[in-house]
Amino acid sequence: MIPAAFDYVSADSADAAVAALAEHGDDAKLLAGGHSLIPLMRFRLATPAVIVDIDKVGDLSYIRAEGDHIAIGALARHRAVQTSDLLQAEAPLLAHVASKVGDPSVRHRGTLGGSLAHGDTASDLPAALLALGGSVVARGPGGDRVIEASDLFTGFLETALAPDEILTEVRVPRAAGVGWSYQKLNRRAQDWAIVGAAVMMGDQPRVALVNMDSTPIRSAAVEQALAGGASPADAASVAAEGTSPPEDLNADAEYRSHLARVLVERGIEEATG
Amino acid sequence: MTAVGTRMLRKEDPKLLTGEAKFIDDIQVPGQLWMAMVRSTMAHARIAGVDTAEAESFPGVHAVYTGAQLQDMDLWIDALPCAWPVTDDMVNPPHFPAAVTEVHHVGEIIAVVLAESRYQAADAVEGVVVDYEPLEAVASIDAAIAGEATAHSEHDSNKAYHWPLIPDPDALEAAFADAAHTIAAEFVQQRLIPTPMEPRGVLAVPSPHGGDITLYSSTQVPHILKVMLAATTGLAESKIRIIAPAVGGGFGAKLNINPDEILAATLANRLGRPVRWTESRSEAAFSTHQGRGQQQRIELAADADGKLLGCRVHIDADMGAYMMLIGPGVPLLGSFLYTGVYDVPAFGFTCDGYFTNLTPTDAYRGAGRPEASYAIERAMDILAGEVGLDPVEIRRRNYLAGGEEFQDLTVASTLVFDSGHYGPSLDLALEMSDYEGLRAEQQRRRDAGESIQLGIGLCTYVEMCGLAPSRVLAGLNYAAGGWEHATVRLLPTGKVEVVSGATPHGQGHETSWSQIVADKLGVDPADVTVLHSDTAMSPLGLDTYGSRSLSVGGVAIAMACDKVIDKARQIAAHQFEASPEDMEFTAGTFAVAGSPDKSVTIQEVAFGAFTAHDLPDGLEPNLQEQVSFDPPNFAFPFGTHVAVVEVDETTGNVELVGYTAIDDCGNQINPLIVEGQVHGGIVQGAAQALWEVANYDDDGNCTNPSLLDYLVPSAMEVPNFKTGFTTTPSTSNPLGVKGVGEAGTIGSAAAVINAVCDALSGYGVRDIQMPATPQRVWRTIRDAKGGAA
Repeated sequence: MIPAAFDYVSADSADAAVAALAEHGDDAKLLAGGHSLIPLMRFRLATPAVIVDIDKVGDLSYIRAEGDHIAIGALARHRAVQTSDLLQAEAPLLAHVASKVGDPSVRHRGTLGGSLAHGDTASDLPAALLALGGSVVARGPGGDRVIEASDLFTGFLETALAPDEILTEVRVPRAAGVGWSYQKLNRRAQDWAIVGAAVMMGDQPRVALVNMDSTPIRSAAVEQALAGGASPADAASVAAEGTSPPEDLNADAEYRSHLARVLVERGIEEATG
Repeated sequence: MTAVGTRMLRKEDPKLLTGEAKFIDDIQVPGQLWMAMVRSTMAHARIAGVDTAEAESFPGVHAVYTGAQLQDMDLWIDALPCAWPVTDDMVNPPHFPAAVTEVHHVGEIIAVVLAESRYQAADAVEGVVVDYEPLEAVASIDAAIAGEATAHSEHDSNKAYHWPLIPDPDALEAAFADAAHTIAAEFVQQRLIPTPMEPRGVLAVPSPHGGDITLYSSTQVPHILKVMLAATTGLAESKIRIIAPAVGGGFGAKLNINPDEILAATLANRLGRPVRWTESRSEAAFSTHQGRGQQQRIELAADADGKLLGCRVHIDADMGAYMMLIGPGVPLLGSFLYTGVYDVPAFGFTCDGYFTNLTPTDAYRGAGRPEASYAIERAMDILAGEVGLDPVEIRRRNYLAGGEEFQDLTVASTLVFDSGHYGPSLDLALEMSDYEGLRAEQQRRRDAGESIQLGIGLCTYVEMCGLAPSRVLAGLNYAAGGWEHATVRLLPTGKVEVVSGATPHGQGHETSWSQIVADKLGVDPADVTVLHSDTAMSPLGLDTYGSRSLSVGGVAIAMACDKVIDKARQIAAHQFEASPEDMEFTAGTFAVAGSPDKSVTIQEVAFGAFTAHDLPDGLEPNLQEQVSFDPPNFAFPFGTHVAVVEVDETTGNVELVGYTAIDDCGNQINPLIVEGQVHGGIVQGAAQALWEVANYDDDGNCTNPSLLDYLVPSAMEVPNFKTGFTTTPSTSNPLGVKGVGEAGTIGSAAAVINAVCDALSGYGVRDIQMPATPQRVWRTIRDAKGGAA
């Protein structure tokens, strides 16, 4: 497919990107790894007038420990997240989930910040952030602000990020030794999840679901059941409660609800096993 | 010399792997215009108006032509060709490159834009406004049969043809009347989107002053395209040159004469400027024909021991909106094979072709034979269950010739199978797959009540390939012949040029043909150059499809080599004042029998033939011979495939965990290439079994035209394959070879679904529709268990 014409701005810093967004307003879109935006443009489902390319911003690819959390630059590639020794030790769920995104070429180009900012309910990484209880840092004309993961995803492909903000950093709590699991059912290795379930046990268990609603969500029902000491099977039995599963060629709502129960149970068992 | 039979690396690959090979998008010519199509967004509608004014004002736009305007430009003299009108009364609505008054499928061309760049052309397409008056769409075979709406307004029925093959109706009736066991089963062969790695594309380069035109097309069939382009447009055939550059796969999708090819050639000719078009991946679901699209009903009759008495088949075939080049004949290519490898005394087959308002269908890897193999092999498993036999045993009891070797055997469908030897194929497959061990493991899991069940599926297929012989094709109303042409020439320096009419699109012909020639002429394979795919350099040919290249085209090359040797023998004999009969030809050298010192190489003979200083009286200079080979019969490859799947009963997910393929394609030229064909073929059949389906809504919209939703499997989804071979030479050609390009696909869909059904048989499941998606498998198990999830 052939994208419509657009103007191109290359930003060499996060501040330059914020300035470009301020200048072009709603007509502008940020381009990082391009694995969500470019397909939309090629199908002409997205026709931004201006592309602000932040791929060359050099100082947003870090992964480092900062006190009680790990800070990850928004432009860290999935492959870097997947292979980070620090993340594998301190937030292994995130490293593992990054290894389940797409195929090798996607993982070498796609960015953690880009995936979260896109906010696709079928993506793996938002669920990991939700289950980890992480947050993101957004930079706008007025400076930086922190958005909790549970406040980030506001609607279908919509986030709490303002049009003039750029996501600069992802923060996840250090969680070495906490039981975790990510369960994903898809038909081909490279595909989005039909349904996915991310589980973090710990003092306050968190369970997040992929592709079970219009946004990435946490399952309050399962988390309450776990907090009340329910068995994995009993906790998982309420996994579809309160969700509005999408329907597509792979799955209708009934099957997705079934998968949510199955995968959450498997996830809890693996995370507590 | 033993080049034949060795795993020679492919000559083609260095060019392909380094990007040196030129695919159609790599060819750029000055002054070219990009063509883009305004395609119908409705499956069935009257065109009330097309407003092109805004689009014409877009930057870079050279022209916008509606279907009506194109028709008025007298660019063509006939509709797009259907070369296989299977019956004399077949309905064949005229199919012009662009619709004028009524569209009959989503994606049918309504107007074309010509612009200076591809981007400008794509922009202008969005500026064209089409005013539709919607008509009811026929969006499935069932709707076509019901006939409440017709796909073409001027028709009062959707039926296109009825084609029967019932050699002995009374015997067929009697077989079923007397049977101890009868089974009936219905299967759906879902529509598939062929998806070669390289989409289709075309570039027409005119010569305004010379009056000739060169058409580059990513096609399997440049020779057929040349004839058909001339017949459709009225352009002089002698002024048309077709070049198929490097072609990135076809699988049948590039075996057609398409609207874009006619439009590019005629508009370039009219405007005096090169015109090009490249299909986008999502456009391909509408601009290129689809495969399969059949509903099958098969009945088997057997005696108390499971010995087959009769086989009765009816299929309803979805032609789509129009008859394409050989679309109507695709079911016929399968019709003769519904009795498979089995000795069936009585047989009957009928096919009804129907029009729908969907993308037209035509050949797709296997073309009719995967459907046939699927039906009989699924039915044999169902019969095995009915009789109470293992799937292995029911097959063994019914093999032609009792599983022993045979030659030239007439089967129930009236064809003569060239050769077969089915017993050893089955034995080897059971051994290599560890069938006994798999059955034990399956039982262990069942006994333990494990949630991951094992399924083992067999397919013992036979297919007919090597599309030819011409006289048989005539009997089927096929408009062309089935021969293939070859020229072999020795150049003055002793190098060899081969010109082949079989046009490769990934098969490795340059390598295989070099191996054949190397052994025949006693030369180094590296000294053989194969020319092809350009009608100026290879004027005669019938191209590549139906696994015909080797068993027709390769044989023609071997025969041309023999003629070259015959002539060279005369020249060598003349040099030594010997009789040609006394000249021995070994490893590229002629020697007088009994006088090995009197010898000359074929390269030296070639130089002598070139200088012509001292040739026998009456012998023409040069060493060049040609052959058009028309084989006396098809070739019938066969094999045994064993698929192993794991089915997660909780999620319904199916994983293909093991696959053993034993294939027999007669003598092999290059086992490496044979294995590659088998590997790709297995994946393509497994893809139909587990992943692929062109999905349509009730209005005739394809709801998954992109690779986002149309799931083509990758290497990640399949296990390592075990391949093994038996060798039963064909009697249809002097090389004893059979085709192998489609065999894997013909064997694998049935093997995989037999495995899935085998896994589910513990729940009482008898059949499952393709593709066996997780949701479908989960729901099938749940329903079989009585609704409890």
